[in-house]
Amino acid sequence: METINAIPLATNAEGYLKNYNEWTKEWAEEVAAQYGITLTEKHWDVLQWLRQKQAEDVKLNIRKVGNSGIVDIKQFYELFPGGPLKISSKIAGIPKPVSCI
Amino acid sequence: MKTIIILGGGTAGSIMANRLHNKLDADEWQIKVIDKDPLHYYQPGFLFVPFGVYEPGDIVKNKIDFLPKDVEFLVEEADKIVPSENRIYLKSGVMCSYDILIIATGAEIVPEETPGLKGELWQKDIFDFYTLEGATLLAEKLKNWEGGKLVISLAESTIKCPVAPLEFTFLADAYFTEKGMREKVDIFYVTPLSGAFTKPRATKMLSSLLEEKNVMVIPDFYTEHVDNERKMLVSYDQKEVPFDLLVSIPVNKGSELIEKSHLGDEDGLNFVPTDKYSLQSKGFKNIFVIGDATNLPASKAGSVAHFEADILTENVLSYIEGKPLEAKFDGHANCFIETGFGKASLIDFNYDTEPLPGKFPYPVVGPMGLLKVNRQNHWGKLAFKWVYWHMLITGKNLPIPSHMSMAGKEVPAELLN
Ligand SMILES: Cc1cc2nc3c(=O)[nH]c(=O)nc-3n(C[C@H](O)[C@H](O)[C@H](O)COP(=O)(O)OP(=O)(O)OC[C@H]3O[C@@H](n4cnc5c(N)ncnc54)[C@H](O)[C@@H]3O)c2cc1C
Repeated sequence: METINAIPLATNAEGYLKNYNEWTKEWAEEVAAQYGITLTEKHWDVLQWLRQKQAEDVKLNIRKVGNSGIVDIKQFYELFPGGPLKISSKIAGIPKPVSCI
Repeated sequence: MKTIIILGGGTAGSIMANRLHNKLDADEWQIKVIDKDPLHYYQPGFLFVPFGVYEPGDIVKNKIDFLPKDVEFLVEEADKIVPSENRIYLKSGVMCSYDILIIATGAEIVPEETPGLKGELWQKDIFDFYTLEGATLLAEKLKNWEGGKLVISLAESTIKCPVAPLEFTFLADAYFTEKGMREKVDIFYVTPLSGAFTKPRATKMLSSLLEEKNVMVIPDFYTEHVDNERKMLVSYDQKEVPFDLLVSIPVNKGSELIEKSHLGDEDGLNFVPTDKYSLQSKGFKNIFVIGDATNLPASKAGSVAHFEADILTENVLSYIEGKPLEAKFDGHANCFIETGFGKASLIDFNYDTEPLPGKFPYPVVGPMGLLKVNRQNHWGKLAFKWVYWHMLITGKNLPIPSHMSMAGKEVPAELLN
């Protein structure tokens, strides 16, 4: 993603927010737009859930989102096409999910 | 008399039984191992079975032969752990109490998790090689297969021995080449990961090997179901990959018992939330977890179980003495990667350090090479079978320290700062 944010917040080279606490909804909307995503209520529910899990220091994967009660895996793909966990994590202002093996 | 129960007598459980037996006073502590299966499988050997290198007899022995004589061994399936009672209920109706519990129930494949995987074509055109049965049937299939699209597919990213599917792919390339029919086989490697592996330098090395061997990698493919009629893998975002022969690494899960005991992590994969340094379970102080059963951000591998056993033995002894758990696991993993034609590679890494190039175990002289492909590594891989049966599972010390060492590793300039 090459676009320069109108709302400048510090991110790493891949565009993930450096400071969880600086996140704003406006910033999220802007990052989502770069992926061609317009955030709906369902998107926000997922993003809030991701942020809550991050605050609890839970390591995330797609299955955990699928078990969240908010979306199943298929809906998660529909909301954030391409790489749902990577993209939604970026929009939610949490670190890039790491595969741990 | 107090009791330590080791639940699961596979790789990790055997090592722990031997280690603790050497350290604990037999008048004070009784050690019990419970496992549902009397047989011990050398799982790294499953990789070679489809290609006719190992026969089942090379890789299966009796569990009891690797346990100390005065350790009690129960061949029973555990049904449920009730931590509030410090008890395990067995399927037979028997109940066992423990003072300390070590969960070592491993991981197993669950093809039922993916609709259509265990359908009509299962064990006809769809196989696994993560079980001895699957690997043996696949060997039969490969013998007479006439070629077409061979698809190797990972259903999930958390699997035991994460390099095994790559090794299978390399060995398949060599197998068909040696049979003189490589041009009749198109090989595809389908993974939910963004590349061949997770760590950058190893991924780079492995991706160029795959390219060299003419294997097509299809990344970011998260399989939703298998369409048996059309012989097609279908992803959650409706991408499709056709196959003639599918070699699947189905979803790997911890034991069902973990789910029943409400001890599993939120993703429903039945791995137990475990402190990544001390190996104590996050839920209960007198429950420890080792090997594939944990949810640690480390590889699920026999070498890892071995390194963890050093740490866990120390911490169980500290726990018994009421001292803080000071031994810390660093995520150390050491994996050979068989690359075909009598060669292999080797990676050595931990939580913080990705696999780097260099020599192993000794700087300069090696004899093995890290992130390199050579014959010495292949001999190392084959020797691992002997080491496994004669040293590893009986808890003997190997010439590799449990904490990863930087000696012999070449640290790329960009990582030095
Ligand atoms: C194809 C393949 C290739 C591999 N290659 C390598 C390699 O090259 N190098 C390497 O280091 N590792 C390799 N591994 C991984 C390695 O085999 C495992 O990581 C290791 O065996 C894990 O040990 P464990 O004790 O945690 O589990 P296991 O050895 O699987 O033992 C678990 C035990 O628990 C028992 N159990 C489970 N549930 C219950 C229950 N409810 N009641 C009673 N008993 C129960 C099971 O019967 C089993 O005996 C490979 C694995 C596979 C499948």
